[in-house]
Amino acid sequence: MTDISDIKLSNAQIAWRAAQDIEDGAYVNLGIGFPEMVARYQVDGRQAIYHTENGILDFGPAPAPGQEDWDLINAGKKAVTLNPGAAFFHHADSFAMVRGGHLDVAILGAFEVAENGDLANWSVGKGGVPAVGGAMDLVHGAKRVAVITDHVTKTGAPKLVERCSLPLTGVACVTRVYTSLAVVDIEAGRFVLREKLAAISLGDLQAVTGATLNLGGPVADLIVPEL
Amino acid sequence: MDKTVASPAEAVADIPDGASVMIGGFGGSGAPIELIHALIDAGPKDLTVINNNAGNGHVGLAGMIEAGMVAKLICSFPKSKDPRAFATRYLAGEIELELVPQGTLAERIRAGGAGIPAFYTPTSFGTDLAAGKPTAEFDGRGYVQERWLKADYALVKAETADRHGNLTYRAAGRNFGPLMCSAATVSIVQATRIVAPGEIDPEQVVTPGIFVKRLVRVEAPQQEEELNRAEAVYP
Repeated sequence: MTDISDIKLSNAQIAWRAAQDIEDGAYVNLGIGFPEMVARYQVDGRQAIYHTENGILDFGPAPAPGQEDWDLINAGKKAVTLNPGAAFFHHADSFAMVRGGHLDVAILGAFEVAENGDLANWSVGKGGVPAVGGAMDLVHGAKRVAVITDHVTKTGAPKLVERCSLPLTGVACVTRVYTSLAVVDIEAGRFVLREKLAAISLGDLQAVTGATLNLGGPVADLIVPEL
Repeated sequence: MDKTVASPAEAVADIPDGASVMIGGFGGSGAPIELIHALIDAGPKDLTVINNNAGNGHVGLAGMIEAGMVAKLICSFPKSKDPRAFATRYLAGEIELELVPQGTLAERIRAGGAGIPAFYTPTSFGTDLAAGKPTAEFDGRGYVQERWLKADYALVKAETADRHGNLTYRAAGRNFGPLMCSAATVSIVQATRIVAPGEIDPEQVVTPGIFVKRLVRVEAPQQEEELNRAEAVYP
């Protein structure tokens, strides 16, 4: 059996792969943390407009250190800049953009994704201070809700599962998962394998996946540059 | 008409024990620090506070919590770089938390200001945060019923106000401000500039003055993020 830690994609490479599917002219929300990395790999010649739920459309990268304006931050409370054509709006309008079906793509992190599209990404379900932010809103309304994630947890347990064991963020909401080993669609309540690293066999990939990987046609090699 | 009062202290002086207070801001962006600090000086107790977060460091809302003024917090994300003020009291059972998804929080406040007692949203359907709430199916999809949210007072930071209370905001500091002004019985606004009626182009007004009760000029407002970087503590 392949040692997947030797072959798996880095977070940057997962983010790069997800960025390839963002079409020109798309309105996109990237979850805080790892998903924010997707913006770095926007495909040349395509323009996406990024939405942040605290009230900006078309923000740009971080300013130089010392140039921060602390009224101009993203949902992760990091300082950002504005692109020409940016807009500000209040929170109710911002979430009208989210729930109202106006975003083309939302890309989120995950603790677990179930084969029916259920997502768990907000709570590990025990102790501590619970916090949800916009996660439960973002999974509803975008035309595509994609997840980027390692294929397994730090202890090697599958993150793609039959049913989530952790508290749900949303029911049947995820449409595609980009992992460190594969690209998997969710269709009619089942996982459909679209791409996998050439270095892992179908059997070994299935062995680290907690639900059946179905084949909906030829499986392409998942090819990502060194980053 | 002139809604201006002389100082932040005067603006918040009548907020009593047990009041519900909406406080604008997303993290430090748009946080009305001077109004919050004036409220800490006044010292009412047993407040219910509605804010997106639960404070950061030892200033602003975190300072209010440390001063023992907050009995209950309604928010979406009670975490920050330094969440100890809230976290220690919450884990000790000294402060109540109502956790609300961020968009639902915004829409509940909007509904409160708009006279809509309840609405249905897809957010949280099928999750722990929908427990005990009525649900319904519309066009084959499940939705959760959420109630409006109103408050006795709102503390909001604006950029420019005219004396009638028409407001503009600064960058993403707008966030909850327009919603909270509409949903509170007494909305109190600190503005960097207060100008004569007519000096704000009517096309540029974000919050119409009907939603604002009191104005106070705070010429050089402090930023929570900068206070925290300087390790400030209030009081």
